[in-house]
Amino acid sequence: MFKIAVIGDRESVLGFKALGLETIFADEVPVAQEALHRLANEKCAVIYLTEQLAAEMKDDLDRYTDALRPAVILIPGKSGTLGIGMENVYKSVERAVGSNILKNN
Amino acid sequence: MARLNVNPTRMELTRLKKSLVTARRGHKLLKDKRDELMKQFLEIVKENRDLRRNVEEALSRAHKSFTIASAVMSPEMLEEALMYPKQSVSLALSKRNIMSVNVPVYDFKTKNDDPAEIFPYGFATTSGELDEAVQALSDILQDMLKLAQLEKAAQMMAQEIEKTRRRVNALEYVMIPQYEETIKYIRMKLDENERGNLSRLMKVKDMMLEEQRKANIKHDEEVAATYKG
Repeated sequence: MFKIAVIGDRESVLGFKALGLETIFADEVPVAQEALHRLANEKCAVIYLTEQLAAEMKDDLDRYTDALRPAVILIPGKSGTLGIGMENVYKSVERAVGSNILKNN
Repeated sequence: MARLNVNPTRMELTRLKKSLVTARRGHKLLKDKRDELMKQFLEIVKENRDLRRNVEEALSRAHKSFTIASAVMSPEMLEEALMYPKQSVSLALSKRNIMSVNVPVYDFKTKNDDPAEIFPYGFATTSGELDEAVQALSDILQDMLKLAQLEKAAQMMAQEIEKTRRRVNALEYVMIPQYEETIKYIRMKLDENERGNLSRLMKVKDMMLEEQRKANIKHDEEVAATYKG
């Protein structure tokens, strides 16, 4: 059995705690990095991470892009979306097709 | 295109011809694989994009309610209300094989099936906005999981497509032309040898005929001399 975790600043992730997800409060990037790698090694299959933190830890995320587990999924934090999550979707299109064919519509 | 560094022998030619056939077949298979992967990938990624849009919107709405709740309630109370969850979620991970790419399939189970059980606090000390926020989050959890599944699948398929495309291109633009070039080179070299051999034989034959003719003339002269004498 695997766990689902949420990493982000306190206000963005507190709500998920009520749903029974594993929540990690991280206001600083190093804390989030440490938590991410720890959770990846533990039995965590899905890790939600706020975009505000993800913006600063690209290298850490790249490490898990091609692995089956964990899936690191970006979610907007309390101050709204930065568009990084969407950017990643387009990036995988670009990687597969060679150019982004979805951007226009 | 550079040709391979091999000896121009018949043996080498046979070997290369076999390799070329294999390379052509591999190229065709990989190309089919790439096309099919691409088809599946585009379907997944379109769904992924739409779902992400929905989830992001829904999450922003949930955050808004949550911000209001945290404005109405003191931070300590808020934390106290949420600190000890009633609900717990666990996830079963299985794999699905799409064109030899193993993508994850999530199947999540909640400990409590009762929808009212998501609120881990009493309603007396908390604000209504908090209920709304938690309810909204609970509603999008299913979509968030689906998003995770799709997004991971898209990422993994993108990687596989990239790899397959590279292989197809390497075969199409490097390996196969190289084999063709080398086979042509060996064939020409062998033909050239054959021609060289033939002309040498003809030359030798000419020389032998010439010698024979001279010997005949000499013999005739000798015969004539004996009869004269």
